[in-house]
Amino acid sequence: MKRGFPILAIVTAVLLSFGLYEALIAAPTERTMGDVQRIFYYHVPSAWTAFLLFLINFVASVTYLIRRNAKADILAMVTAEVGVVFCTVVLVTGPIWARPVWGIWWTWDLRLTLTLVLWLIYVSYLMLRRFSTSSQTPVLAAVLAIFGALDVPLVYFSIWFFRTQHPSPVIGDGGSLDPRMAHVLLINWAAFLCLAWLVCWTRYRLEVVQREVEEAQSLESLLEGEGSR
Amino acid sequence: MSFLAILRATLAKDLLLEWRSKDAINAMLFFSLLVVVIFSFAFDPTAEESRRIAGGLIWVAFLFAAVVALNQTWARELRNQVLDAYRVSPAPANPLFLAKAVGNFIFVSVLEALMTPLFVMFYKLRPLGPAWELIPIAILGTWALVVNGTFFAALSIRTKSREIMLPLLLFPISIPALLGMVNATSAILTGEESAKFWIALLLAYDVVFTLACLLLFETILEAE
Repeated sequence: MKRGFPILAIVTAVLLSFGLYEALIAAPTERTMGDVQRIFYYHVPSAWTAFLLFLINFVASVTYLIRRNAKADILAMVTAEVGVVFCTVVLVTGPIWARPVWGIWWTWDLRLTLTLVLWLIYVSYLMLRRFSTSSQTPVLAAVLAIFGALDVPLVYFSIWFFRTQHPSPVIGDGGSLDPRMAHVLLINWAAFLCLAWLVCWTRYRLEVVQREVEEAQSLESLLEGEGSR
Repeated sequence: MSFLAILRATLAKDLLLEWRSKDAINAMLFFSLLVVVIFSFAFDPTAEESRRIAGGLIWVAFLFAAVVALNQTWARELRNQVLDAYRVSPAPANPLFLAKAVGNFIFVSVLEALMTPLFVMFYKLRPLGPAWELIPIAILGTWALVVNGTFFAALSIRTKSREIMLPLLLFPISIPALLGMVNATSAILTGEESAKFWIALLLAYDVVFTLACLLLFETILEAE
């Protein structure tokens, strides 16, 4: 397991630099939007990665509630943290692109709003984990993750209807993607997935060690209490 | 004790406590009164404008006021270790949850019944759509707020600064319900479109989250 880590780190670095070269230099310039469009190679892979991490968070939370397995809890925590980071990247790069292309920073479009609501739900999940004083934080967090996942289809339909009533200036995905662009997009997605995996892995190991240290400390203070008596 | 007996006993106890102290209802009433007055000053709307914004204002005022009642739902039970006693007793968890949710539903409904005439007066409201549809919207919308609110209050009593934690957990999840209530109310006030879709959405929200709360409440109650 441990030997895989540097290999993954090297693969990630290579993929990220190759993806950067492809996105900024090799990919053809988009006809109407110009160079601004290149942010798309970072925006879309981040979004896909964030959604995948939130999906893993949901599965890990359900697993935790059924099996009460500490590994599933750590996995849920780690994927929520890294997912929020990627989701933030999506929400920051989106407006940077939208301003020159649509002329506005933000619109209450279906996908934008859904991403924002997801971000809000997972930030509240992380806050619960941070502020919880109970030893049962994993249970509370897993339950909240399930509520968040149940909320997603409802948010989707409510905004879908809201939007069909108030059309917004969205150009949408009319037309097909140039195969060259799709190729760059996929390379960048692979790079981002490796990066997410790498960060999650590091964070996972850190959390395991952290919990071991805490356990050892509480055991030590228990033993000291025994000795002094 | 049977399911219904526990539900009835807990509900009667909470209603009696509230009837004697009137803590929650007074705080909620005064709070939403302040919201009405401040919004009215801030926007100074004409009759036509207020039709468009009133749906949002009413529900935001009720949502914020409801947090007051929701926050004290479980706090009262912590003081004399009532929850611990409940946990060790063989009584099922769900009637306790339902009693608390129904209690909050009653408190918030009373608040709405008292505040709505004031809203109508201050904002010169006269619905142009089918006004009777406001009743199912109010019932479904209030239940949507209190069912999840009661559940998340049980989550947030296990955290530091729990009074702040409840809205932080409740508001993001409640976004579709709020969209439903606000848009359904606005649709009826302006009479421009049908509120059917939003009522259906609220119904779906209520069914999904009531089931989720009933399935998961025992896990939360036992988590200590």
